[in-house]
Amino acid sequence: MAPSAERILEVRDLVKHFPLTQGIVLKRQIGAIKAVDGVSFDLHRGETLGVVGESGCGKSTLAKLLMALERPTSGEVKINGVDMAKAHGPTLKRMRRNIQMVMQDPYTSLNPRMTVGDIIGEPFEIHSEVAPKGDRRRKVQELLEVVGLNPEHVNRYPHQFSGGQRQRIGIARGLALQPEVIICDEPVSALDVSIQAQVMNLLERLQNEFNLAYIFIAHDLSVVRHISDRVAVMYLGKIVELGNDVAIYDRPSHPYTQALLSAVPVPDPEGREQRERIILQGDPPSPADPPSGCRFRTRCWKAQDICAEQEPLLEIRAGGHLSACHFAEEHDVIHV
Amino acid sequence: MNNPSVDTHPLSDEVGQEPLLAVDNLHVEFVTRQGLVKAVNGVSYTVNAGESLAVLGESGSGKSVTAQAIMGILDMPPARVPKGQIRFRGTDMLKLSDQARGQIRGQRIAMIFQDALSALNPVFTVGWQISEMFRVHRGMSKRDGMKKAVELMDRVRIPAAKQRVNDYPHQFSGGMRQRIMIAMSIALDPEVLIADEPTTALDVTVQAQIMELLAELQRESNMGLILITHDLGVVADVADKIAVMYGGRIVEHAPVHDLYKNPGHPYSKGLLESIPRVDQKGQELYAIKGLPPNLLDMPSGCAFHPRCPYRRDNCVTDVPPLYEISGTRGSACHYYREVLDGTVG
Repeated sequence: MAPSAERILEVRDLVKHFPLTQGIVLKRQIGAIKAVDGVSFDLHRGETLGVVGESGCGKSTLAKLLMALERPTSGEVKINGVDMAKAHGPTLKRMRRNIQMVMQDPYTSLNPRMTVGDIIGEPFEIHSEVAPKGDRRRKVQELLEVVGLNPEHVNRYPHQFSGGQRQRIGIARGLALQPEVIICDEPVSALDVSIQAQVMNLLERLQNEFNLAYIFIAHDLSVVRHISDRVAVMYLGKIVELGNDVAIYDRPSHPYTQALLSAVPVPDPEGREQRERIILQGDPPSPADPPSGCRFRTRCWKAQDICAEQEPLLEIRAGGHLSACHFAEEHDVIHV
Repeated sequence: MNNPSVDTHPLSDEVGQEPLLAVDNLHVEFVTRQGLVKAVNGVSYTVNAGESLAVLGESGSGKSVTAQAIMGILDMPPARVPKGQIRFRGTDMLKLSDQARGQIRGQRIAMIFQDALSALNPVFTVGWQISEMFRVHRGMSKRDGMKKAVELMDRVRIPAAKQRVNDYPHQFSGGMRQRIMIAMSIALDPEVLIADEPTTALDVTVQAQIMELLAELQRESNMGLILITHDLGVVADVADKIAVMYGGRIVEHAPVHDLYKNPGHPYSKGLLESIPRVDQKGQELYAIKGLPPNLLDMPSGCAFHPRCPYRRDNCVTDVPPLYEISGTRGSACHYYREVLDGTVG
């Protein structure tokens, strides 16, 4: 199903700073980790937005903000037009039904002392209006069937399942409240290669069946390309490039995206000697003290004086999609 | 490929020219309370100087256990090696005394581990840990050892090595820690380097840096490299030849170009078709159905048969030997010819 034009999630200038303090009795704030620093995007019904970036770029903090597990320092997260960042109490609880999460590690995100039925049924305990008590067991079994597990296994414990099956349990739990948005934080990175494909196909099938919108966070760019309609590339708490999959992968215009793509190993030895490699030097700077102007300039081969003085805005530049580089230039790096 | 191997067929008895390292019909078992776990069931491969062998497999395929057996770092018991040889320059290391084995381990065959943070000791400085190689194996003084450590940190391109030699592992980033591990492993100029998932815990840009460093070091010193990984992309980038492992056996071995162009085993074929690619947007992924085998309760016949789309009756009963396809290729599938031709189905 093609994504519709209806905006289900609107994120505007979202900022999260974690304070760094010194002293035990007299705590003073000496700085802040700028984990997410001004992120804006929209998500449409039935669409998948991939979010890629290296560790520490703020993608998991972004997920927590969207789930209202962390309160933003400033900015808006609107679901169906209502700002979740300002909601409290029963309103917030009701909104949370609409946005659910699938966690990375299926080994630690399921309580080992609860049966599968209790794990998947727990959302119904919290939001009891969704399913009346007598109805829950049947609902749980339906969910198990939807994700391709045997409904008779409802009384088993997580350790009796393999990694891929556990991830299916996590997905069933995410589906329980019939949300419109599911945030998948690295949902396949802990799984074996032959199992990854099974779980990704399941996610795609569920999207078509229930018209779900996904925020798909991953560090594996091949996985993100496969599943996403649009992709956002993050670096040090900011989105540096945003576009549909062809724009980002075949016509990237931001140097960071180009470097990231050129570093992805292509599973095909043909032409490996000719393939272009942009090897970035060093590690990303600390988010406590990001560089002035463009945050990528310390590792960028195109950096000029203007990059230190003026922050490049995320706007439509060369290539026809959003890019945050003063010297944006289309350059295909992955095709030989 | 800077030094193509003369003889890459792992099962042939080398006459005359002995490869640098040859694993021959290796078996490793673990005695557990649940029963005997046969982790490695007759694995054979060879590595020559300057050559890169990639050992590809999922968790539980026996790829790391084979490497640990080569290094001699398996805990015995519970592990035991009932059969097989590991020949290093013609000598079977399994027959050597512990002391003679210790002379090879770390000096002539070295290993890099996946998780650098847990492989490094958090209470010693990195300089101390690198120089330990020289103090223990070469009897150097502390001061000379430290000097060597700085040289090595330079060689693996850690910036400001002189200032950082007295830092502790937690003060380095993940990529830098992996460089320190590499510095330790190449300290004594080993002839064979085993890298067990060296980049799995790292970001792609850092992964590219580390793989390039390994390739450069290999070129400089003409080491034989055994790269253990589950990442088909990394393999395609660096390997000369591949051994694909499944359920403790090698199911296919081939020069890297041949295998990617035309895999000769249903498992390798399935793996190649199941991975998404960054350079093209695919349709629905092919998924290998089912789960990897339970090592306590291996399927009869071919271990892959419960998941194999091409299964015939004799796959359930007969264990396929590693058929020779050509001098450099082999496949453990009864129907490898049909898989290669694409006529099976």
